[in-house]
Amino acid sequence: MNKLIMGRYLPGDSLIYQLDPRGKFLLTFYFVGIVFFANNVASYVFLMAFVLFAVYLSKINFGFFIKGLRPIFWLILFTVLLQLFFTPSSHPIWHWGFLTLSKESMVIASYIFVRFVLIIFISTLLTLTTTPIEISDSIESILKPLKKVNFPVTQVALMLSIALRFVPLLVDETTKIMDAQRARGVDFGEGGLIKRIKSFVPILIPLFVSSFSIAYDLAIAMESRGYKDGEGRSKYRVLKWSKRDNVTVLVMLAVTIILLFIRSY
Amino acid sequence: MEITFEHVTHSYDANSPMANLGLDDVSLKINDKKFTAIVGQTGSGKSTLVRHINALLKPTAGKIIVGDRVITSETNNKNLKPLRKKVGMVFQFPESQLFEETVEKDIMFGPMNFGFSESEAKDAAHKMIELVGLNQDYLQKSPFDLSGGQMRRVAIAGVLASNPETIILDEPTAGLDPVGRHEIMDLFKSLQTKGKTIILITHNMDDVANYADEMAVMSQGKLVASGLPSDVFNSQKLLEDDLLTLPQSAQFAQSLAKKYFQFDKLPITIDELSAEIKQQVNGD
Repeated sequence: MNKLIMGRYLPGDSLIYQLDPRGKFLLTFYFVGIVFFANNVASYVFLMAFVLFAVYLSKINFGFFIKGLRPIFWLILFTVLLQLFFTPSSHPIWHWGFLTLSKESMVIASYIFVRFVLIIFISTLLTLTTTPIEISDSIESILKPLKKVNFPVTQVALMLSIALRFVPLLVDETTKIMDAQRARGVDFGEGGLIKRIKSFVPILIPLFVSSFSIAYDLAIAMESRGYKDGEGRSKYRVLKWSKRDNVTVLVMLAVTIILLFIRSY
Repeated sequence: MEITFEHVTHSYDANSPMANLGLDDVSLKINDKKFTAIVGQTGSGKSTLVRHINALLKPTAGKIIVGDRVITSETNNKNLKPLRKKVGMVFQFPESQLFEETVEKDIMFGPMNFGFSESEAKDAAHKMIELVGLNQDYLQKSPFDLSGGQMRRVAIAGVLASNPETIILDEPTAGLDPVGRHEIMDLFKSLQTKGKTIILITHNMDDVANYADEMAVMSQGKLVASGLPSDVFNSQKLLEDDLLTLPQSAQFAQSLAKKYFQFDKLPITIDELSAEIKQQVNGD
Protein backbone atom coordinates (compact mmCIF):
# COMPACT_ATOMS: atom_id res chain seq x y z
CA MET A 1 0.00 0.00 0.00
CA ASN A 2 2.81 2.38 0.94
CA LYS A 3 4.30 2.02 -2.50
CA LEU A 4 1.25 3.65 -4.06
CA ILE A 5 1.95 6.99 -2.56
CA MET A 6 4.00 9.33 -4.59
CA GLY A 7 6.00 11.93 -2.80
CA ARG A 8 7.03 10.04 0.25
CA TYR A 9 9.30 11.83 2.69
CA LEU A 10 12.59 10.15 3.47
CA PRO A 11 14.16 11.10 6.80
CA GLY A 12 17.68 12.36 6.35
CA ASP A 13 19.99 15.29 6.75
CA SER A 14 21.87 17.24 4.12
CA LEU A 15 22.05 20.72 2.68
CA ILE A 16 18.86 20.18 0.68
CA TYR A 17 17.01 19.07 3.81
CA GLN A 18 18.05 22.18 5.68
CA LEU A 19 16.78 24.64 3.08
CA ASP A 20 13.69 26.64 3.96
CA PRO A 21 10.70 24.66 2.66
CA ARG A 22 9.10 27.81 1.23
CA GLY A 23 12.16 28.41 -0.90
CA LYS A 24 12.36 24.77 -1.94
CA PHE A 25 8.68 24.74 -2.81
CA LEU A 26 8.73 27.90 -4.92
CA LEU A 27 12.06 27.14 -6.57
CA THR A 28 10.86 23.67 -7.55
CA PHE A 29 7.89 25.21 -9.33
CA TYR A 30 10.16 27.82 -10.84
CA PHE A 31 12.52 25.15 -12.13
CA VAL A 32 9.65 23.17 -13.63
CA GLY A 33 8.75 26.40 -15.42
CA ILE A 34 12.20 27.11 -16.84
CA VAL A 35 12.59 23.51 -18.04
CA PHE A 36 10.29 24.57 -20.88
CA PHE A 37 12.83 27.16 -22.03
CA ALA A 38 15.37 24.48 -22.89
CA ASN A 39 15.28 23.71 -26.58
CA ASN A 40 18.62 22.25 -27.64
CA VAL A 41 21.01 19.52 -26.57
CA ALA A 42 23.30 21.85 -24.65
CA SER A 43 20.49 23.37 -22.58
CA TYR A 44 19.02 19.96 -21.66
CA VAL A 45 22.45 18.62 -20.74
CA PHE A 46 23.02 21.69 -18.60
CA LEU A 47 19.69 21.34 -16.75
CA MET A 48 20.26 17.61 -16.27
CA ALA A 49 23.71 18.33 -14.82
CA PHE A 50 22.14 20.84 -12.44
CA VAL A 51 19.45 18.39 -11.28
CA LEU A 52 21.98 15.60 -10.81
CA PHE A 53 24.13 17.96 -8.78
CA ALA A 54 21.13 18.79 -6.57
CA VAL A 55 20.41 15.08 -6.21
CA TYR A 56 24.04 14.54 -5.24
CA LEU A 57 23.81 17.30 -2.62
CA SER A 58 20.73 15.68 -1.10
CA LYS A 59 22.81 12.56 -0.28
CA ILE A 60 19.82 10.38 -1.15
CA ASN A 61 20.31 7.08 -2.90
CA PHE A 62 19.73 7.57 -6.63
CA GLY A 63 17.41 4.56 -6.70
CA PHE A 64 14.64 6.57 -5.00
CA PHE A 65 14.57 8.99 -7.91
CA ILE A 66 14.30 6.17 -10.41
CA LYS A 67 11.43 4.82 -8.34
CA GLY A 68 9.76 8.22 -8.66
CA LEU A 69 9.54 7.61 -12.40
CA ARG A 70 7.74 4.33 -12.02
CA PRO A 71 4.18 5.53 -11.28
CA ILE A 72 4.01 7.55 -14.49
CA PHE A 73 6.14 5.24 -16.62
CA TRP A 74 3.20 4.50 -18.94
CA LEU A 75 2.38 8.17 -19.34
CA ILE A 76 6.00 8.88 -20.33
CA LEU A 77 6.08 5.95 -22.73
CA PHE A 78 2.79 7.00 -24.33
CA THR A 79 3.87 10.62 -24.78
CA VAL A 80 7.28 9.68 -26.15
CA LEU A 81 5.78 7.20 -28.63
CA LEU A 82 3.20 9.76 -29.68
CA GLN A 83 5.94 12.28 -30.41
CA LEU A 84 8.07 9.67 -32.09
CA PHE A 85 5.49 8.46 -34.60
CA PHE A 86 3.08 11.33 -35.06
CA THR A 87 5.40 14.29 -35.61
CA PRO A 88 4.87 15.30 -39.23
CA SER A 89 8.09 15.61 -41.19
CA SER A 90 9.17 16.21 -44.75
CA HIS A 91 12.04 13.71 -44.55
CA PRO A 92 10.65 10.57 -42.94
CA ILE A 93 13.09 7.72 -42.42
CA TRP A 94 10.28 5.24 -42.27
CA HIS A 95 6.58 5.45 -42.56
CA TRP A 96 3.60 3.17 -42.54
CA GLY A 97 0.11 4.52 -42.95
CA PHE A 98 -0.21 7.49 -40.66
CA LEU A 99 2.90 6.55 -38.67
CA THR A 100 6.08 8.36 -39.57
CA LEU A 101 9.51 8.21 -38.04
CA SER A 102 12.02 10.94 -38.75
CA LYS A 103 15.18 12.41 -37.34
CA GLU A 104 13.27 15.43 -36.01
CA SER A 105 10.69 13.27 -34.30
CA MET A 106 13.42 11.27 -32.58
CA VAL A 107 15.03 14.45 -31.32
CA ILE A 108 11.71 15.83 -30.09
CA ALA A 109 10.80 12.56 -28.42
CA SER A 110 14.09 12.45 -26.57
CA TYR A 111 13.62 16.08 -25.46
CA ILE A 112 10.19 15.18 -24.11
CA PHE A 113 11.65 12.23 -22.30
CA VAL A 114 14.41 14.29 -20.69
CA ARG A 115 11.85 16.95 -19.77
CA PHE A 116 9.78 14.36 -17.92
CA VAL A 117 12.84 13.05 -16.13
CA LEU A 118 13.92 16.54 -15.10
CA ILE A 119 10.51 17.48 -13.74
CA ILE A 120 10.07 14.23 -11.87
CA PHE A 121 13.56 14.24 -10.40
CA ILE A 122 13.24 17.79 -9.11
CA SER A 123 9.78 17.25 -7.64
CA THR A 124 10.86 13.94 -6.12
CA LEU A 125 13.76 15.84 -4.59
CA LEU A 126 11.27 18.26 -3.01
CA THR A 127 8.98 15.57 -1.60
CA LEU A 128 11.77 13.29 -0.42
CA THR A 129 13.48 16.06 1.52
CA THR A 130 10.46 18.01 2.78
CA THR A 131 7.88 16.64 5.18
CA PRO A 132 4.27 17.08 4.04
CA ILE A 133 3.65 19.30 7.03
CA GLU A 134 6.52 21.59 6.01
CA ILE A 135 4.97 21.83 2.57
CA SER A 136 1.60 22.75 4.02
CA ASP A 137 3.25 25.31 6.31
CA SER A 138 4.98 26.87 3.35
CA ILE A 139 1.75 27.00 1.36
CA GLU A 140 0.17 28.82 4.25
CA SER A 141 3.07 31.23 4.42
CA ILE A 142 3.03 31.81 0.67
CA LEU A 143 -0.73 32.40 0.64
CA LYS A 144 -0.59 34.86 3.54
CA PRO A 145 -0.93 37.99 1.37
CA LEU A 146 -4.34 36.72 0.26
CA LYS A 147 -5.63 37.39 3.76
CA LYS A 148 -6.07 40.97 2.63
CA VAL A 149 -8.84 39.90 0.28
CA ASN A 150 -10.49 37.81 3.03
CA PHE A 151 -9.24 34.50 1.72
CA PRO A 152 -9.40 32.00 4.64
CA VAL A 153 -5.69 31.19 4.61
CA THR A 154 -5.49 29.60 8.06
CA GLN A 155 -8.51 27.37 7.42
CA VAL A 156 -7.10 26.24 4.11
CA ALA A 157 -3.76 25.49 5.74
CA LEU A 158 -5.49 23.56 8.51
CA MET A 159 -7.50 21.57 5.99
CA LEU A 160 -4.31 20.80 4.11
CA SER A 161 -2.45 19.59 7.16
CA ILE A 162 -5.41 17.51 8.35
CA ALA A 163 -5.75 15.99 4.89
CA LEU A 164 -2.04 15.15 4.96
CA ARG A 165 -2.36 13.69 8.43
CA PHE A 166 -5.20 11.48 7.18
CA VAL A 167 -3.17 9.92 4.40
CA PRO A 168 -1.12 7.57 6.59
CA LEU A 169 -4.16 6.94 8.79
CA LEU A 170 -6.24 5.88 5.83
CA VAL A 171 -3.42 3.78 4.43
CA ASP A 172 -3.17 1.95 7.75
CA GLU A 173 -6.91 1.59 7.95
CA THR A 174 -7.13 0.27 4.39
CA THR A 175 -4.36 -2.26 4.99
CA LYS A 176 -6.10 -3.39 8.15
CA ILE A 177 -9.51 -3.76 6.55
CA MET A 178 -8.06 -5.51 3.50
CA ASP A 179 -6.30 -7.96 5.79
CA ALA A 180 -9.49 -8.57 7.73
CA GLN A 181 -11.49 -9.25 4.56
CA ARG A 182 -8.70 -11.39 3.13
CA ALA A 183 -8.88 -13.47 6.28
CA ARG A 184 -12.60 -13.86 5.51
CA GLY A 185 -11.75 -15.27 2.12
CA VAL A 186 -11.74 -12.29 -0.25
CA ASP A 187 -9.27 -12.52 -3.12
CA PHE A 188 -8.40 -9.07 -4.35
CA GLY A 189 -7.34 -8.89 -7.95
CA GLU A 190 -8.74 -12.23 -8.99
CA GLY A 191 -11.54 -13.10 -11.36
CA GLY A 192 -13.17 -10.90 -13.97
CA LEU A 193 -13.53 -7.14 -13.92
CA ILE A 194 -16.97 -7.14 -12.29
CA LYS A 195 -15.78 -9.52 -9.60
CA ARG A 196 -12.73 -7.38 -8.96
CA ILE A 197 -14.78 -4.23 -8.63
CA LYS A 198 -17.21 -6.01 -6.34
CA SER A 199 -14.38 -7.20 -4.13
CA PHE A 200 -13.68 -3.57 -3.23
CA VAL A 201 -17.11 -2.97 -1.70
CA PRO A 202 -16.08 -4.74 1.53
CA ILE A 203 -13.17 -2.29 1.80
CA LEU A 204 -14.79 0.94 0.74
CA ILE A 205 -17.79 0.82 3.07
CA PRO A 206 -15.78 0.14 6.25
CA LEU A 207 -13.26 2.73 5.10
CA PHE A 208 -15.96 5.39 4.71
CA VAL A 209 -17.45 4.52 8.07
CA SER A 210 -14.12 4.67 9.85
CA SER A 211 -12.91 7.85 8.18
CA PHE A 212 -16.10 9.60 9.25
CA SER A 213 -15.63 8.40 12.77
CA ILE A 214 -11.95 9.39 12.78
CA ALA A 215 -12.89 12.84 11.46
CA TYR A 216 -15.59 13.20 14.07
CA ASP A 217 -13.23 12.15 16.87
CA LEU A 218 -10.59 14.55 15.61
CA ALA A 219 -13.05 17.46 15.57
CA ILE A 220 -14.07 16.72 19.15
CA ALA A 221 -10.45 16.32 20.25
CA MET A 222 -9.56 19.66 18.71
CA GLU A 223 -12.52 21.45 20.23
CA SER A 224 -11.90 19.98 23.65
CA ARG A 225 -8.37 21.30 23.52
CA GLY A 226 -9.76 24.75 22.78
CA TYR A 227 -8.95 25.02 19.10
CA LYS A 228 -10.16 28.25 17.63
CA ASP A 229 -8.91 29.40 14.33
CA GLY A 230 -8.29 32.94 13.30
CA GLU A 231 -5.89 35.64 14.36
CA GLY A 232 -3.10 35.28 16.81
CA ARG A 233 -2.28 31.60 16.63
CA SER A 234 1.44 31.20 17.10
CA LYS A 235 3.44 28.58 15.23
CA TYR A 236 5.07 25.51 16.70
CA ARG A 237 7.27 25.06 13.65
CA VAL A 238 8.76 28.41 12.72
CA LEU A 239 10.11 28.69 9.21
CA LYS A 240 13.44 30.47 9.04
CA TRP A 241 14.86 32.02 5.90
CA SER A 242 18.63 31.96 6.12
CA LYS A 243 21.71 32.83 4.11
CA ARG A 244 21.86 29.51 2.33
CA ASP A 245 18.35 30.07 1.04
CA ASN A 246 19.50 33.35 -0.47
CA VAL A 247 22.42 31.50 -2.04
CA THR A 248 20.02 28.92 -3.50
CA VAL A 249 17.91 31.64 -5.05
CA LEU A 250 21.06 33.19 -6.55
CA VAL A 251 22.14 29.81 -7.92
CA MET A 252 18.74 29.39 -9.50
CA LEU A 253 19.01 32.86 -11.05
CA ALA A 254 22.44 31.95 -12.43
CA VAL A 255 20.97 28.75 -13.88
CA THR A 256 18.27 30.80 -15.58
CA ILE A 257 20.75 33.25 -17.07
CA ILE A 258 23.06 30.50 -18.34
CA LEU A 259 20.05 28.66 -19.76
CA LEU A 260 18.89 31.76 -21.60
CA PHE A 261 22.38 32.10 -23.10
CA ILE A 262 22.76 28.54 -24.35
CA ARG A 263 19.25 27.93 -25.63
CA SER A 264 18.80 28.54 -29.32
CA TYR A 265 16.50 31.22 -30.68
CA MET B 1 -3.72 -27.84 13.50
CA GLU B 2 -0.18 -27.75 14.67
CA ILE B 3 1.66 -24.59 13.73
CA THR B 4 5.43 -24.40 13.67
CA PHE B 5 7.57 -21.32 13.14
CA GLU B 6 11.12 -22.13 12.03
CA HIS B 7 13.63 -19.26 12.28
CA VAL B 8 11.09 -16.78 10.97
CA THR B 9 12.33 -13.28 10.30
CA HIS B 10 10.11 -10.56 8.92
CA SER B 11 11.39 -7.20 7.85
CA TYR B 12 9.00 -4.34 7.10
CA ASP B 13 9.94 -2.15 4.15
CA ALA B 14 12.84 -4.42 3.31
CA ASN B 15 15.52 -2.79 1.13
CA SER B 16 14.74 0.73 2.23
CA PRO B 17 16.46 2.95 4.77
CA MET B 18 13.32 2.66 6.88
CA ALA B 19 13.50 -1.12 7.07
CA ASN B 20 12.77 -2.48 10.49
CA LEU B 21 12.60 -5.95 11.87
CA GLY B 22 9.09 -7.03 12.77
CA LEU B 23 10.22 -10.50 13.68
CA ASP B 24 13.74 -11.58 14.46
CA ASP B 25 14.53 -15.28 14.11
CA VAL B 26 11.43 -16.65 15.85
CA SER B 27 11.08 -20.39 16.34
CA LEU B 28 7.91 -21.50 18.07
CA LYS B 29 5.58 -24.46 18.14
CA ILE B 30 1.88 -23.93 18.71
CA ASN B 31 0.24 -27.20 19.64
CA ASP B 32 -2.92 -28.63 18.14
CA LYS B 33 -6.15 -28.11 20.10
CA LYS B 34 -4.41 -26.03 22.76
CA PHE B 35 -5.15 -22.52 23.94
CA THR B 36 -1.98 -20.52 23.41
CA ALA B 37 -1.62 -16.96 24.64
CA ILE B 38 0.90 -14.54 23.12
CA VAL B 39 1.88 -11.58 25.26
CA GLY B 40 4.35 -8.73 24.93
CA GLN B 41 4.48 -4.97 24.91
CA THR B 42 2.94 -2.89 22.14
CA GLY B 43 5.13 -3.17 19.07
CA SER B 44 6.80 -6.37 20.21
CA GLY B 45 5.74 -8.28 17.10
CA LYS B 46 2.71 -10.24 18.36
CA SER B 47 0.40 -9.16 15.56
CA THR B 48 3.16 -9.57 12.99
CA LEU B 49 3.72 -13.09 14.25
CA VAL B 50 0.13 -14.25 13.92
CA ARG B 51 -0.37 -12.62 10.52
CA HIS B 52 2.11 -15.16 9.16
CA ILE B 53 -0.14 -18.05 10.11
CA ASN B 54 -2.69 -17.29 7.39
CA ALA B 55 -0.11 -15.78 5.04
CA LEU B 56 -1.33 -12.20 5.30
CA LEU B 57 2.36 -11.55 5.78
CA LYS B 58 5.11 -13.71 4.42
CA PRO B 59 8.44 -14.25 6.14
CA THR B 60 11.55 -12.54 4.82
CA ALA B 61 13.45 -15.62 5.93
CA GLY B 62 12.50 -18.91 7.54
CA LYS B 63 9.28 -20.86 7.21
CA ILE B 64 5.97 -21.51 8.89
CA ILE B 65 4.33 -24.92 8.78
CA VAL B 66 0.56 -24.78 9.24
CA GLY B 67 -0.91 -28.26 9.14
CA ASP B 68 0.19 -29.52 5.73
CA ARG B 69 0.95 -26.08 4.29
CA VAL B 70 4.42 -24.52 4.30
CA ILE B 71 4.69 -20.74 4.05
CA THR B 72 7.99 -19.21 2.96
CA SER B 73 9.02 -15.96 1.34
CA GLU B 74 8.26 -17.56 -2.04
CA THR B 75 4.72 -18.61 -1.22
CA ASN B 76 2.39 -17.55 -4.00
CA ASN B 77 -0.56 -15.28 -3.30
CA LYS B 78 -2.83 -17.60 -5.24
CA ASN B 79 -4.61 -20.52 -3.69
CA LEU B 80 -4.45 -19.27 -0.12
CA LYS B 81 -8.19 -19.71 0.42
CA PRO B 82 -7.99 -23.27 1.81
CA LEU B 83 -5.43 -22.05 4.35
CA ARG B 84 -7.52 -19.02 5.30
CA LYS B 85 -10.61 -21.15 5.67
CA LYS B 86 -8.77 -23.28 8.22
CA VAL B 87 -7.27 -20.32 10.07
CA GLY B 88 -9.89 -17.83 11.21
CA MET B 89 -8.67 -14.48 12.43
CA VAL B 90 -10.39 -11.96 14.66
CA PHE B 91 -8.52 -8.68 14.29
CA GLN B 92 -8.18 -5.90 16.83
CA PHE B 93 -11.41 -3.93 16.80
CA PRO B 94 -12.97 -6.32 14.29
CA GLU B 95 -16.15 -4.23 14.19
CA SER B 96 -14.42 -2.10 11.55
CA GLN B 97 -14.71 -4.97 9.05
CA LEU B 98 -18.53 -4.94 8.99
CA PHE B 99 -20.02 -3.68 5.73
CA GLU B 100 -23.18 -5.53 4.74
CA GLU B 101 -26.75 -4.26 4.94
CA THR B 102 -27.78 -6.80 7.53
CA VAL B 103 -26.00 -8.67 10.26
CA GLU B 104 -27.04 -11.95 8.64
CA LYS B 105 -25.42 -11.07 5.30
CA ASP B 106 -22.27 -9.94 7.04
CA ILE B 107 -21.91 -13.18 8.96
CA MET B 108 -22.58 -15.10 5.73
CA PHE B 109 -19.88 -13.19 3.86
CA GLY B 110 -16.94 -15.34 5.05
CA PRO B 111 -18.65 -18.72 4.57
CA MET B 112 -19.87 -17.73 1.08
CA ASN B 113 -16.32 -16.75 0.10
CA PHE B 114 -15.10 -20.12 1.28
CA GLY B 115 -17.59 -21.98 -0.87
CA PHE B 116 -20.49 -22.65 1.50
CA SER B 117 -23.86 -22.81 -0.20
CA GLU B 118 -26.33 -20.04 0.62
CA SER B 119 -28.40 -22.25 2.90
CA GLU B 120 -25.31 -23.56 4.70
CA ALA B 121 -24.11 -20.01 5.23
CA LYS B 122 -27.52 -18.97 6.51
CA ASP B 123 -27.55 -21.90 8.93
CA ALA B 124 -24.10 -20.89 10.14
CA ALA B 125 -25.27 -17.30 10.67
CA HIS B 126 -28.27 -18.46 12.71
CA LYS B 127 -26.10 -20.69 14.84
CA MET B 128 -23.28 -18.19 15.34
CA ILE B 129 -25.45 -15.26 16.36
CA GLU B 130 -26.72 -17.31 19.30
CA LEU B 131 -23.23 -18.55 20.08
CA VAL B 132 -21.90 -15.01 20.52
CA GLY B 133 -24.79 -14.18 22.83
CA LEU B 134 -27.19 -12.23 20.61
CA ASN B 135 -30.63 -13.44 19.58
CA GLN B 136 -32.06 -14.10 16.12
CA ASP B 137 -33.74 -10.67 16.00
CA TYR B 138 -30.36 -9.10 15.40
CA LEU B 139 -29.87 -10.92 12.09
CA GLN B 140 -32.10 -8.53 10.15
CA LYS B 141 -30.67 -5.34 11.67
CA SER B 142 -28.04 -3.19 10.05
CA PRO B 143 -24.66 -3.78 11.71
CA PHE B 144 -24.20 -0.01 11.89
CA ASP B 145 -27.22 0.36 14.19
CA LEU B 146 -25.65 -1.82 16.88
CA SER B 147 -23.64 -0.77 19.91
CA GLY B 148 -19.87 -1.21 19.88
CA GLY B 149 -20.02 -4.38 21.96
CA GLN B 150 -22.72 -5.90 19.77
CA MET B 151 -20.78 -5.06 16.61
CA ARG B 152 -17.79 -6.84 18.11
CA ARG B 153 -19.88 -9.94 18.70
CA VAL B 154 -21.25 -9.86 15.15
CA ALA B 155 -17.73 -9.53 13.75
CA ILE B 156 -16.56 -12.48 15.84
CA ALA B 157 -19.57 -14.49 14.64
CA GLY B 158 -18.58 -13.62 11.08
CA VAL B 159 -15.18 -15.21 11.58
CA LEU B 160 -16.44 -18.27 13.47
CA ALA B 161 -19.15 -18.92 10.84
CA SER B 162 -16.61 -20.38 8.39
CA ASN B 163 -15.89 -23.03 11.00
CA PRO B 164 -12.10 -22.60 11.08
CA GLU B 165 -9.93 -25.23 12.78
CA THR B 166 -7.62 -22.62 14.26
CA ILE B 167 -8.87 -19.32 15.60
CA ILE B 168 -6.50 -16.40 16.05
CA LEU B 169 -7.72 -13.64 18.34
CA ASP B 170 -5.95 -10.30 18.39
CA GLU B 171 -7.03 -8.61 21.63
CA PRO B 172 -10.65 -9.63 21.10
CA THR B 173 -11.85 -8.12 24.36
CA ALA B 174 -10.12 -4.72 24.22
CA GLY B 175 -12.65 -2.05 25.15
CA LEU B 176 -15.39 -4.45 26.25
CA ASP B 177 -17.05 -4.28 29.66
CA PRO B 178 -15.98 -6.92 32.24
CA VAL B 179 -19.13 -9.04 31.86
CA GLY B 180 -18.85 -9.02 28.08
CA ARG B 181 -15.18 -9.89 28.36
CA HIS B 182 -15.84 -12.98 30.44
CA GLU B 183 -18.61 -14.12 28.14
CA ILE B 184 -16.41 -13.80 25.08
CA MET B 185 -13.43 -15.48 26.71
CA ASP B 186 -15.62 -18.34 27.98
CA LEU B 187 -16.92 -18.74 24.43
CA PHE B 188 -13.39 -19.17 23.09
CA LYS B 189 -12.53 -21.63 25.85
CA SER B 190 -15.62 -23.67 25.03
CA LEU B 191 -14.66 -23.68 21.34
CA GLN B 192 -11.30 -25.09 22.36
CA THR B 193 -12.93 -27.92 24.28
CA LYS B 194 -14.82 -28.68 21.06
CA GLY B 195 -11.52 -29.28 19.33
CA LYS B 196 -10.39 -25.89 18.02
CA THR B 197 -6.89 -24.52 18.36
CA ILE B 198 -7.00 -21.06 19.90
CA ILE B 199 -4.28 -18.43 19.67
CA LEU B 200 -4.90 -15.35 21.75
CA ILE B 201 -2.97 -12.10 21.74
CA THR B 202 -3.63 -10.21 24.92
CA HIS B 203 -2.35 -7.70 27.44
CA ASN B 204 -4.54 -9.14 30.15
CA MET B 205 -2.46 -11.51 32.28
CA ASP B 206 -5.51 -12.76 34.15
CA ASP B 207 -6.97 -14.00 30.88
CA VAL B 208 -3.68 -15.78 30.20
CA ALA B 209 -3.68 -17.39 33.66
CA ASN B 210 -7.35 -18.36 33.54
CA TYR B 211 -7.72 -19.58 29.97
CA ALA B 212 -4.39 -20.42 28.34
CA ASP B 213 -2.69 -23.82 28.30
CA GLU B 214 0.51 -22.43 26.90
CA MET B 215 2.01 -19.02 26.47
CA ALA B 216 4.68 -17.19 24.51
CA VAL B 217 6.32 -13.88 25.39
CA MET B 218 7.52 -11.53 22.66
CA SER B 219 9.83 -8.56 22.97
CA GLN B 220 11.25 -6.40 20.18
CA GLY B 221 10.46 -8.96 17.52
CA LYS B 222 12.06 -11.81 19.42
CA LEU B 223 10.51 -14.71 21.24
CA VAL B 224 11.85 -14.41 24.78
CA ALA B 225 9.96 -17.20 26.50
CA SER B 226 7.41 -19.90 25.88
CA GLY B 227 5.91 -22.71 27.91
CA LEU B 228 3.26 -23.34 30.53
CA PRO B 229 1.84 -20.15 32.09
CA SER B 230 2.65 -21.42 35.57
CA ASP B 231 6.32 -21.74 34.59
CA VAL B 232 6.58 -18.56 32.55
CA PHE B 233 4.98 -16.39 35.27
CA ASN B 234 7.52 -17.81 37.72
CA SER B 235 10.46 -16.66 35.66
CA GLN B 236 12.24 -14.02 37.74
CA LYS B 237 14.21 -12.81 34.77
CA LEU B 238 11.18 -11.89 32.66
CA LEU B 239 9.64 -10.03 35.56
CA GLU B 240 12.81 -8.14 36.37
CA ASP B 241 13.26 -7.14 32.74
CA ASP B 242 9.68 -5.80 32.72
CA LEU B 243 8.74 -8.10 29.86
CA LEU B 244 5.85 -9.52 31.84
CA THR B 245 3.49 -8.51 34.60
CA LEU B 246 1.84 -10.94 36.98
CA PRO B 247 -1.82 -11.93 37.11
CA GLN B 248 -3.72 -10.59 40.11
CA SER B 249 -3.58 -13.85 42.05
CA ALA B 250 0.16 -14.02 41.70
CA GLN B 251 0.51 -10.40 42.77
CA PHE B 252 -1.64 -11.15 45.79
CA ALA B 253 0.52 -14.17 46.59
CA GLN B 254 3.63 -12.01 46.31
CA SER B 255 2.23 -9.62 48.91
CA LEU B 256 1.26 -12.51 51.15
CA ALA B 257 4.77 -13.90 50.84
CA LYS B 258 6.05 -10.81 52.63
CA LYS B 259 4.22 -11.98 55.77
CA TYR B 260 3.84 -15.52 57.15
CA PHE B 261 3.22 -17.22 53.80
CA GLN B 262 5.64 -19.06 51.59
CA PHE B 263 5.11 -20.04 48.00
CA ASP B 264 7.44 -22.41 46.18
CA LYS B 265 5.72 -21.46 43.00
CA LEU B 266 3.43 -18.44 42.58
CA PRO B 267 -0.21 -19.45 42.09
CA ILE B 268 -1.61 -17.75 38.99
CA THR B 269 -5.35 -18.35 39.29
CA ILE B 270 -7.81 -17.68 42.11
CA ASP B 271 -8.38 -21.41 42.54
CA GLU B 272 -4.70 -22.19 42.86
CA LEU B 273 -4.24 -19.28 45.25
CA SER B 274 -7.11 -20.25 47.54
CA ALA B 275 -6.04 -23.91 47.56
CA GLU B 276 -2.52 -22.88 48.47
CA ILE B 277 -3.68 -20.56 51.25
CA LYS B 278 -6.04 -23.19 52.63
CA GLN B 279 -3.27 -25.74 52.73
CA GLN B 280 -0.81 -23.41 54.41
CA VAL B 281 -3.35 -22.23 57.01
CA ASN B 282 -4.55 -25.72 57.83
CA GLY B 283 -1.13 -27.26 57.62
CA ASP B 284 0.31 -25.08 60.41
